[in-house]
Order: sequence, then C-alpha cells, then structure tokens
Amino acid sequence: MKVRHKGPAPYLFLSPYLILISIFFIVPFVNAIVLAFYETNGPRSRAFVGLDNFRFLLHDGIFHSALLNTTIFALVSVCVQLPLAMGLALLLNGGSSRVRGFFRLIFYSPNLVGQVLVGILFAALFTPRYGLITRGFQAFFHWGLEAHWLLDPPLIMPAIVLASLWLWVGFNMVYFLAALQTVDKSLEEAARIDGASAWQVFWHVTLPSMRHVVVFVVIMTVIGSYQLFELPLTLLSESYGFGAKNAGITLITYLNFYGFRSGDLGLGSAVGWVIALIIFTISLIQIRVARLAED
Amino acid sequence: MGILHFAIIGLVVVYVVLRVRDRDRARRFGRWAVILAGAALVLAPFVWLVPAVFKTGAAFNDYVFFPPLSKWPETMSLWNFRKLFEGRPGLRGPVYFWEYFLNSTVIATVTTTLQIFFSSLAGYALAKFEFRGKGALTLFMLGSMMIPSVLLLAPLYKMVVDLGLVDSLAGVIVPIMVSTYGCFLFRQACVSVPNEMLDAARLDGCSEIGIYFRVVMPLVRPMTAAFCLVSFLANWNAFFQPNIFLHSEDNLTVPVVLNLLLGMYRMKQGIFLAGTALAMIPPAVLFFFLQKEFISGLTSGAVKG
Repeated sequence: MKVRHKGPAPYLFLSPYLILISIFFIVPFVNAIVLAFYETNGPRSRAFVGLDNFRFLLHDGIFHSALLNTTIFALVSVCVQLPLAMGLALLLNGGSSRVRGFFRLIFYSPNLVGQVLVGILFAALFTPRYGLITRGFQAFFHWGLEAHWLLDPPLIMPAIVLASLWLWVGFNMVYFLAALQTVDKSLEEAARIDGASAWQVFWHVTLPSMRHVVVFVVIMTVIGSYQLFELPLTLLSESYGFGAKNAGITLITYLNFYGFRSGDLGLGSAVGWVIALIIFTISLIQIRVARLAED
Repeated sequence: MGILHFAIIGLVVVYVVLRVRDRDRARRFGRWAVILAGAALVLAPFVWLVPAVFKTGAAFNDYVFFPPLSKWPETMSLWNFRKLFEGRPGLRGPVYFWEYFLNSTVIATVTTTLQIFFSSLAGYALAKFEFRGKGALTLFMLGSMMIPSVLLLAPLYKMVVDLGLVDSLAGVIVPIMVSTYGCFLFRQACVSVPNEMLDAARLDGCSEIGIYFRVVMPLVRPMTAAFCLVSFLANWNAFFQPNIFLHSEDNLTVPVVLNLLLGMYRMKQGIFLAGTALAMIPPAVLFFFLQKEFISGLTSGAVKG
C-alpha cells in the first residue's frame, strides 16, 4: 500500500487504543508475571514466595483433576462438537438461501443466551424425574428418569458436555456454513464426475479448500474450552462449580475459588499462567500442523 | 414407551425406503428429517421454558409443558414474576429486579458504544494509513488476543481497587472500553472503503476526523451493526468480571443476581427461570434486527482470512 497521508492523524486515531491497552492490558500483564511469585491475601497484603505457587500446583491433586477435566472437555469439544457442527452445515448447505437462513437462525439461537443463563436453564432441565432431559432420556432410551446428572460424579462431565453442545454446535455451524459457501463448486463437481464418493469429495476437495476456517474454529474451540467457567459454575452452583468428588472442576473454577474466593490472587495468577501457556502451546502446534498440511 | 417410539420410527423409515425408490429423493428426505430433528432438539428448552415460568407449585413438576386449558386457573399465574420483582435487601433499602436490569443495560450499552467508537478509530487507522511501527503494532495486537483474559483478572482487580472504582459500574466498563477483536473487524471493513473517496473529501477541505465521521463510518455501517451485537451480547451476558468487581446489592447485574437466586430458590425453580426468560429478551430483540449484518460480519474475518 502506498503512503496515504502524512501527519498526526493515524496516531490521533490510535491514541485511545494505545492509552487504554497500555493501562488495562500491558500493566496488568506485567503485574500478572510479578503476582505469580507472591502469596497474597486479598488485594492489599502479599509476601514473596518465589516458585512456591507453581510448586503447589504441581503437587495439588485438585488442580490435577481440574487440568484433566478441562483437557477432556477440550478434546470432546473438538471431536464431538465440531463434527456435529460440520455435519449440520453440510446438510444445510444444499437448501435455498431462505431456508438456510431460517435454520441458521434456529441453530444459532442458544448462543444469544450466554453461559450463565444456559447453566441455570439446564440445571432445571436435568432435574431428576421431572426435568425435560431426564424425561426425554426415559422416553427415548428407557433409562435415566431418576439419574442425578448433576450429583452423580460419572454423569457430571457428560451433563456439562450436553449443555455445551446445545450452546455451541450452532455457533460453529455458522462459521462452517459461511466457509462452505465460498468453496468452488466446479472442483467438487469435477471430483464427482471422476467417480469420487461423497465422503471422498468432502475429505479431499471440500475440507482442504476451507482449511483456514477449520483451523480458526478449532483454535477458537480449544481456547474457549480451556476457559470453561460459567457453565459448570451455574450447573453445579451448590459446590462453586466443583461438583461431587470434584468431578466437574475446571481450571477456571479452580482459579475462581482459590484466587478470588479465598483471596490468594498470587495462586490465581499462577493458574492463569498455566492456562495461558497451554492455550499458547496448543494454538502454536495447530498453526504449525496447518502449515505443514498446506505444503 | 421407548420401545413404542423406536417401533414407530422404524416403521416410518421402512415405509419411506419402500416408497421412495430413487436415491435422490430418499437422500433429500433423510436430510430434512435430520435437520428438523436437530432444530426440535435446539428449540425444546425454549419451548419448555415458556410454560415453566408461569406454572406454580406442584404444577411445575406435574406437567412437562402446558397443563390442560381447563386447569389453567389453578396452575398458571404470575406468582413467579411477583416473587422475582420483590425487593432484595440492600444497604440503601430494598433493591428491585428492574434495577439489576438497569445496571446490565447501562453496562452493556455504554461499553458497546465506547468499544465501537475506539475500535473503529483504531481499525480505520490500521486500514488506511501508513505510519511508523505499524507492523509491530499489528503483531502485538494479534499476540495480545492469544492471552486469556482471566490471566489479567487478578491484577486488573487490584488495579480497579487502587483506582477506587471497585463496586461501581464504571469499574466494570473502564477496563474494557476498547476491543482488539473489534479493531480487527473494523480494519477488515475499512480496507474496502475506496481511497478515491477519502482523497476527494480531503481535496474538498474535510478534516481527517471529519472524514472518519462523514465518509468512513457511514460506509462501514454493516460492520458496526455486527460488532454492536457481538459486543452487546458479550457484555449483557458477562459474568466473571462483574461478579468479582461488583459487591453491593444495588450494583449487581442480571447474570450475577440470577446466579445468586439459583442458590436461594433451589426448590422454586420457576422464580429464577422467570428471571432467565426476561434476561433473554434484550439480546433476542437486538439479534432480530441485526441478524443479517451479524452473520456476514462475524464470519467475514474468518472466511476472508
């Protein structure tokens, strides 16, 4: 791009961003590095403890279950939620644009509700014997009328996953659907004429030509999964989102409880760094893999 | 019951397979069956919620959806809403539900307006100007989006306390007045504004800030609408930050207070479900008006790369 304009205009336009980001991003960011090496009691008092916060996390069984749970949730999200979203997008892709728009609206609608409200709604839907979901499972699978989804440890994670599917399948479908619209139809047609099956066309032609969106959605899903918080918090509100035997604990509910409820912001910062590190590493690996696949 | 359901579904499938011999029609039928079943699953909780907020007492559990019309007088009422609108004790007298609604509205609209203004200014500068450090700045912005916001929450809370903004609506709004994601969305939109129009306005003696207001902003209105909804949804439904930053009863937002009600009225689900249903209305109304711009704006960044 050639030089459009000289003078102070761009700096003037950027100044609100630069000022706000310096104060409310860079300063807290630096403080988050410092804070991780302190033990604090509320925002006012603190003591330097070196790497003790991280050492504590290394040996804390509750933190380990939080890490394990969150990782399982992220894996399930990528392996179940995204294929479902892609499947729906493929089914809708063929229809006329008005029909497509109508169903897109329906499938997207849970996303307007937000995690807290979805958690509250689903806590009621999971009520044993009377909830819509427990009754539904009884009607279709002959099982589950008395299931305590939110109290029985082996059922807690599946309950969170079910609610998250309702919330996010349509959201991701919107991205896949938009990408499918840009795929070159003649390439698919050519492959079909060459005798490729529907699955082969999808796997070798359609999917590669929308790989940018797929990589974007996978990264966003992983990032979102590792920040799962409000959904378990409201579903399992009696135990601050931990659930019986910590079966529903996630990294952020752990951070929320030990950092903000107990007042050890230092430990909270250390947990934050672990999450940031995980997200950063996974995003980097995914971008690398996507590049390799391109070559 | 379950076996009966499967039997009926099985019979329908067999009938359709026998009836629709040619594969194209069978495939189309299967496709619509799956789409409609999916749509039913998605809509079921909403459909369940509508009667649930009116059912009172034992009726809440006695009927899955609506009770029969003849029993409405004794089973359906506005009791849940009356209970919800009762004041909760605060420091300065009772606090009513509409006050939480007002707090949420103030936070969501003010934050959205400021985010649109500051993010579009930065996005315009990034799209249409060459200046020193632009590459580094773009890289920094991309990198900053990778940092999870929870990492900053603890130090940010400390900062808000130090600034004396803790337990005030301003304390929630001020740290999130600009959105890096918004900057990128607006940069995307501003790139397609033709340079000739900007130059023509300059020749006519329009000031740079005048060009932004009179030429650029009208042209990127679809993106403004899209980002308006993204931002409003995020701030209306925001929970973590308001939950930590706000303490006194009369400052709380709707999601925060609903989370409290959830603990209080465990056995009377109708009450907090009524609040949940009310909280869904403002985003739904906004979405209804902006949905076309929303979908195209939201996905344009991802699809164009």
